[in-house]
Amino acid sequence: MELKEFKVIGKRLPSHDSIEKVAGQTKYADDFGLPGMIYGKILRSKYPHARIKRVDTSKAEKLDGVYCVLTHKDVPHNAIVTRFGQTRAVGGFEGIFRVLAESKVRYYGEPIALVAAETEEIAERAIDLIEVDYEEMVGVFDQKEAMDPKAPQIEEGKSNVIARFKIRKGNVAKGFEEADVIVENEYMSQFIDHAYLEPEAGVAWVEDDGSITIRVSTQVIEHYREIAHVLGIPESRVRVITPKIGGGFGGKEDITVEYYLALLAWKTGRPVKIVQSREESLSFRSKRHPYKFRYKTGAKKDGRIVAVEAELISDAGAYMTLSPWVLLYSTVNAVGPYNIPNVKVDSYTVLTNHPPSGAYRTFGAGQACVAYEQQMDEVAKKLGMDPVEFRKKNYLRKGDTMANGVEVLNTVALSETTDRVLEALGPKPKPSGPKKLVGFGIASGMSSYGRMIFLHDTSRSKVRLELDGSVTIECGVQDVGAGQEASLCQIVSEVLGVPLKKIRIISGDTAATPIAGTTTATRQLYMSGNATLKAAMKVRENILNKASEILGADPAELIIEDEKIKKKDGESISLRDVAVACAEDGIELFCEAQFNAPFGEVPDPETGQGRVFPDFTFGTVGAIVEIDTETGEVEVKKIASAFDVGTAINPMRVEGQIEGGASMGIGWALSEDVKFEKGVAKAQSLAEYIVVTAVDIPDIKSIIVENHDGLGPFGARGVGEVVLTPVAPAVINAVADALGRRIKELPITGERILLAIKDQV
Amino acid sequence: MMKKYPLEFRVNGKKFSVEVRPNVTLLRLLRSLGFTEVKSGCEKGDCGTCAVLMDGEPVNSCLTLALQAQGKEITTVRGLGTMENLHPIQEAFVKHGAIQCGFCTPGMVITAKAFLDKNPNPTREEIREAISGNLCRCTGYQKIVDAIEAAAKKMRGAR
Repeated sequence: MELKEFKVIGKRLPSHDSIEKVAGQTKYADDFGLPGMIYGKILRSKYPHARIKRVDTSKAEKLDGVYCVLTHKDVPHNAIVTRFGQTRAVGGFEGIFRVLAESKVRYYGEPIALVAAETEEIAERAIDLIEVDYEEMVGVFDQKEAMDPKAPQIEEGKSNVIARFKIRKGNVAKGFEEADVIVENEYMSQFIDHAYLEPEAGVAWVEDDGSITIRVSTQVIEHYREIAHVLGIPESRVRVITPKIGGGFGGKEDITVEYYLALLAWKTGRPVKIVQSREESLSFRSKRHPYKFRYKTGAKKDGRIVAVEAELISDAGAYMTLSPWVLLYSTVNAVGPYNIPNVKVDSYTVLTNHPPSGAYRTFGAGQACVAYEQQMDEVAKKLGMDPVEFRKKNYLRKGDTMANGVEVLNTVALSETTDRVLEALGPKPKPSGPKKLVGFGIASGMSSYGRMIFLHDTSRSKVRLELDGSVTIECGVQDVGAGQEASLCQIVSEVLGVPLKKIRIISGDTAATPIAGTTTATRQLYMSGNATLKAAMKVRENILNKASEILGADPAELIIEDEKIKKKDGESISLRDVAVACAEDGIELFCEAQFNAPFGEVPDPETGQGRVFPDFTFGTVGAIVEIDTETGEVEVKKIASAFDVGTAINPMRVEGQIEGGASMGIGWALSEDVKFEKGVAKAQSLAEYIVVTAVDIPDIKSIIVENHDGLGPFGARGVGEVVLTPVAPAVINAVADALGRRIKELPITGERILLAIKDQV
Repeated sequence: MMKKYPLEFRVNGKKFSVEVRPNVTLLRLLRSLGFTEVKSGCEKGDCGTCAVLMDGEPVNSCLTLALQAQGKEITTVRGLGTMENLHPIQEAFVKHGAIQCGFCTPGMVITAKAFLDKNPNPTREEIREAISGNLCRCTGYQKIVDAIEAAAKKMRGAR
């Protein structure tokens, strides 16, 4: 059964949930409550690195309205081993994570105790009544310094270097010998906050049978397994539900408040709510890993790159969590979408006394792009070549071998995306005044979609045709707002000929919906899209078979559209009548299907050779900026983004991703910085942590290229992360072009620009 | 415990008589009365998710004390239109794909309403300026600007 002419796929249809959202009906995590609900608060460390000598909770416990005060002694399994992978646990990078600090604190803001009380105010007062005696320890706040064996140890008795990866392809020494020019540079990327508008929040309660339910804003409902482990109860007795999520971007991939909610509900027997403040979110939640990079590139006079040697060092913060895997992404992406014969990459992730770094849209690929795309411009400059022509000479093509020795199996349309970006931007304009400088910058990038293949990722989805011809989808996706649910609805609408308004999707509930895996790694359209397509196709097959009996036609001759099954001669029967006929005959009107990603093994640790990802999405971003040399202000005048998305299930939503990715990347390049000083975040509000507003960015020119050979449903590729990957380096390169020199500290603030101009004079 | 004071005000046309402590913000009061469409994103006036209309003027309800609403009419996004009967601004947000996670949407729509009441024929630059106090982390603002522009056109036609 082939679907060639699409009626619904590729159409700019509003998402099914946008009406409830615009009407204010959607109940996010904090918009929900239960009778008798009490409130939880967290006591956090006042030092970034200190021994805890004494914790006295007695005064807090005596306060009227306090239901319980918990420390690590009250947590059944407080020190847990963090592993990676909800499907298949991969060994080698286990870290110890403590739900509540025991004998020492490792970062400023680390949770030490929990309080549940009748009101938030009482809970706050109780927190203030808990006495903690600290003995301050020397901290380490720089990943390179933390690599020194003499540096303070975060996990005592162990090296701060918690993971390292290597890539060895060809022979870099030989490559550099052949090179006509060699360029060596250092780059960095800063601490970035997700700054989703909805701070971390949730409600937990104890069910009649004693099991625990947690309704929480999360990208990973499957954390119910870890929560059960912490409580020491069977996984079947913990249920996690996620309502609509008010933005995630990776920040709600790790556990946020789930352990605390579960513990407080379990100990008190009452429904408990925790809502973190913006200050807590900015100061203590996971951040995008800062990196320090060193790149050495050798190229021939004709522009061919012959060797790249790179060193990447990331700041993991105080606990391991996802850092090794973010690092692996950076490592595999270290030379970007270029065909380079000789590659040597060494990468390290290092514990420090910062809050644990974590997942953040692009998952390490974006930081690598910040480095390799600046380096591409620097090499082009040394060669005296146009940076666009230089890139085009080196772009990967289908059939080439990537740095990890893996053949590129699908189209790489980078020459096309770059040409389309140049066309959209037009020529570099003249400065608008005598004190202004104009710059043009370009960057190409790639990001994988789907998880690392050694995790053996799967997703399940269920499609059910109702007797009136409407459809119910049950799928455990978590919807962060990028259309995770809506794309599934659109797929089913196409396959079963049912309008979107008659399709309902039930999502994000470990007890009620088939497990669909994480909303991370740009995997939901690919994984749950394919699972839903598979389920819908099975239901379609059953319907067509029954319809063919009724209509007396070959099933292959029938089409489904507009809630009818039609013969070529125009004779038709309604979907509803076929559904009823199927039900009478006991023919299944539902299917729960599972989609398995390609499975593989962990690459060779000494060479890094071996497939890590199912596939990549590629694209190009170009920017034109104007700098005011008197104020240092950078205005992004134009920005164009082109990506080969395979097939756009909904072009309006793809544009939404491209535009959102562009705005986030502009902030990364020019303004966003959590700015830790001795482990303490200086940006504690959204007045100090500067995300772009509507006046800071121009209209973004979104360009959708479709080569229809992605691994997702109908040839789609994932776009959620890649749309951000090359944005910051394009803007950074434009600023460097305008100034005639490169500022290597990020973000490139007005202050840094003025200093650079002053230095030059 | 701080003393409570009587407060009478209207929300989306319905009258409320309550007693509140003087330190309670309008945001907290509205949410406790069930108006959960008024979102709490920062409680410092930095993000605009909690915007409501107070006698037609947009305010950040997190920076407004509940007692300041004495005798006033508050309008939230649910007061503009319902799922069955959306306001033209809400309709345009849906049609133009201006909603992703949706957490900024209620405040954004309220800000747009107050703005278009004053400036029914704005340029894109004026729209951007008008919503610059409302943060959105998902959309890059472009489709929100498209939606407000389209809503303005439709509302002008309806006059």
